[in-house]
Amino acid sequence: MTAIAERPNAAGLRRDAFLERLALFGLGSPALLLVLVAMVLPVGWLFWLSFLADDGSPSLEHYRRMWQEPSYGRTFFVTFQVSLLTTGICIVVGYPLAYVLSQLPRRAANLAMIGVLLPFWTSLLVRTYAWLVLLQRQGLVNQWGIELGLWSEPLALVHNLQGTLVGMVHIMLPFLILPVYGSMRAIDRDYLKAAANLGAGPVGAFWKVFFPLSLPGLFGGALIVFILCLGFYVTPAVLGGGRVIMVSNRIATDIELFFNWGAASALGVVLLGLTLALLYVASRLVRLDRVLGGGH
Amino acid sequence: MARAAALPIAIRQVTKTYGRVHALDHVDLDIRSGEFLTLLGPSGSGKTTLLMVLAGFTRPDHGSLLFGEEEVVRRPPHKRDVGMVFQNYALFPHMSVAGNVAFPLKLRGVPRADVGRRVEAALELVQLGGYGERRIDQLSGGQRQRVALARAIVFEPRILLMDEPLSALDKQLRERMQIELRRLHDRLGMTTVYVTHDQREALTMSDRIAVINGGGIMQLDQPQRLYEQPANRFVAEFIGESSFLPVERVPGGFAHAGRVLAIQSLPAAAGRHLLMIRPERLQLLGAGMGEGLNLFDGTVEEVVYQGDSILLQAVLASGARVAARAPATAGAMAAVPRAGEAVRLGLGPADTVILADA
Repeated sequence: MTAIAERPNAAGLRRDAFLERLALFGLGSPALLLVLVAMVLPVGWLFWLSFLADDGSPSLEHYRRMWQEPSYGRTFFVTFQVSLLTTGICIVVGYPLAYVLSQLPRRAANLAMIGVLLPFWTSLLVRTYAWLVLLQRQGLVNQWGIELGLWSEPLALVHNLQGTLVGMVHIMLPFLILPVYGSMRAIDRDYLKAAANLGAGPVGAFWKVFFPLSLPGLFGGALIVFILCLGFYVTPAVLGGGRVIMVSNRIATDIELFFNWGAASALGVVLLGLTLALLYVASRLVRLDRVLGGGH
Repeated sequence: MARAAALPIAIRQVTKTYGRVHALDHVDLDIRSGEFLTLLGPSGSGKTTLLMVLAGFTRPDHGSLLFGEEEVVRRPPHKRDVGMVFQNYALFPHMSVAGNVAFPLKLRGVPRADVGRRVEAALELVQLGGYGERRIDQLSGGQRQRVALARAIVFEPRILLMDEPLSALDKQLRERMQIELRRLHDRLGMTTVYVTHDQREALTMSDRIAVINGGGIMQLDQPQRLYEQPANRFVAEFIGESSFLPVERVPGGFAHAGRVLAIQSLPAAAGRHLLMIRPERLQLLGAGMGEGLNLFDGTVEEVVYQGDSILLQAVLASGARVAARAPATAGAMAAVPRAGEAVRLGLGPADTVILADA
C-alpha cells in the first residue's frame, strides 16, 4: 500500500504515455507500409535479380559485363556528365532568380513563385515534346534565327547533348529554386544591416554574409537536382535523339528490347550504389563546410 | 582600447511618414559629444525609426543629420562608421565569436596581426576573453549580447547606437548589464544613443533622456528632472507610477476639492492643470500628524502586499482615487489600515507637482 501512496497514478500515467506513442506510430504506419511495399521490396527483388544469370543460376555475369564492355562505362560517364551540367546550369540560372524573389515583398514573391511552379502543372512529356517542337531543324527557334539573320543554316539544337540540357534544366529549375529561395527567405535582414553597419558595401555584404548563409539551401537544391537527373529517362530519350544514352535509357533498352531483367537490375543497383556513395561524400562536404565556416 | 574621440550629433527637422502616419514629425535633437542619451517611448512612438535614421537604414523624407560638422543624411550605412548593437544582436551564425568581432576590422584593412590583438582586447573588455573560437550558437543570451557589443566597439566608432540591447535578457542579468554598459561608456567615451521602452533602464543609465511619443520629443531632460518635473501628463504616466487629481486655480495657486495646496514651484503656463502624485511620496499619517503637508482624507479601497513595499489604493473624499506606497517594514505593516478604514495621506510641498493637462 505504501508504494501506491507514494507514487499515485504512476501505472496509469505510464499507460497514457504508451498509448500516445502507439497512436503516433499508427498515424505513420500507412506511409511506412507503402515505403516497405513500394520501395524496399522491389529494390530488394531487383538486387536479387541482378545476381542471377539468364538461366536462373547465381552469377556475377551482369556486373562482369558492365566492367568489361566500354559502352557501359560511357553510359555512366554520360549520365554523370548530363547530371553535373544540368545541376551547374540550374545553379547559375536559378540562384540569381531565387535571390531576386527573396528580395521582393512577400505578395509579389508569391505571385512570381506561381510562375516558377507553373511548369509543374503540365505533364513532363508535354513539356519535353514542346521543346522538341521549338528546337528541331524546322522548329520555331531555327526559323526565327534565320529570319532575323542570326544564323543562315538550321542549327542542330536538339537530338544532342545541348537539346537534352535545355529540356532538363527547364524541368529541374524549380527543384533548385524552391530550397534556395526558402533558405534565402530565412536569412534575417538584420544580418545584412549589421554587415552594412560594420562597413560592408552591398557586394561585400552579399559575399561575406548572404551567400554563406544561403549555402545550405543551395547544397540541398543542387543535390535534389543532381539525384533526380541521374535517374532521368523521358527528356534524354526524346531530346537526346539516341545520342545521349543515360543509365535509365539503357535500362529501358535492356528490358524492352532484350527482356534482360538481370542486366537492367544490375545497372539499377550500380546507379543506386554510386548515388548513395555520392550522397555520403556530399554530406561530408557540407558538414566540413560548417566546420570550416565556424572556424575562421 | 583607448578612449575614442566622440562626436556630437545634430538632428534637424527630420521627418518620416509611412502613408499618412508620421513616424517622425520634424524632430530636432542635439546630442552632446560623449553623452549617453536614451530615446524612451512606447512601441510605435518613433524611437526606433529615429535610431534607424541615425544608422542610415531608414531614409527620412526630409531633414538634416550632422555627425560633428558633417552632413550625413544621404550617406549610406556602410560609410557612416557608427557602431550598433541590434535588438536581436544579429551575430553572423556562420562565423566564430572572433570572426564576428574581426569583421569590421578586416573591412577596414587593419593588418592581420593587429586584428587578432584588437579582437582579443575587445572581448576582454566585455569579459569574454578566450571565447574567440566559440560558435555563436554555443553562447548564452548574455554572452551573445557581449559579443554584439564587442563587435560594435572594436573599430572604435565615435558614435554607438543601441536598439533595446537588453530586452531579451532576464531581469537580473539586464540590471547587471545596465551598470556594465554605462561603465563601458564612461571608459570609452563615445557618444551613445540608446533606445528602450523600459523607463527604469533609461533612468539608470542615461545622462539625458528624450521621451518620444507620436513621432515627436515630449521632453528632453536629465533623469531626475524628468521624474520630478515631467513636462506633461504623458511623460508623468510613462515614467514611474502616478495618480492625477483635478485642481482648480485660486488666487496665488491651486486647490483640490476646495483645499488650497502648498506648492514649492508653480507652473508658468496657463490652461488646465493636474496635480501629479507619486505613490512613494505620499505619507500614511496617524491622527494629529501632518504639520506643513498637504492633507488628503479618504477611505482605503485595497491594500496589496508586494514584498518590498505595500501599495494602498484609496478613494478621497473628493471622489478621486490615489495610490500610496509604503515601505514594508515591520512597523509600517502593523500601522497600515485595512480596506474600508479611513486614512489620512500627506504630501510635502516639494512633492506637490502641478502639470499641464496635455
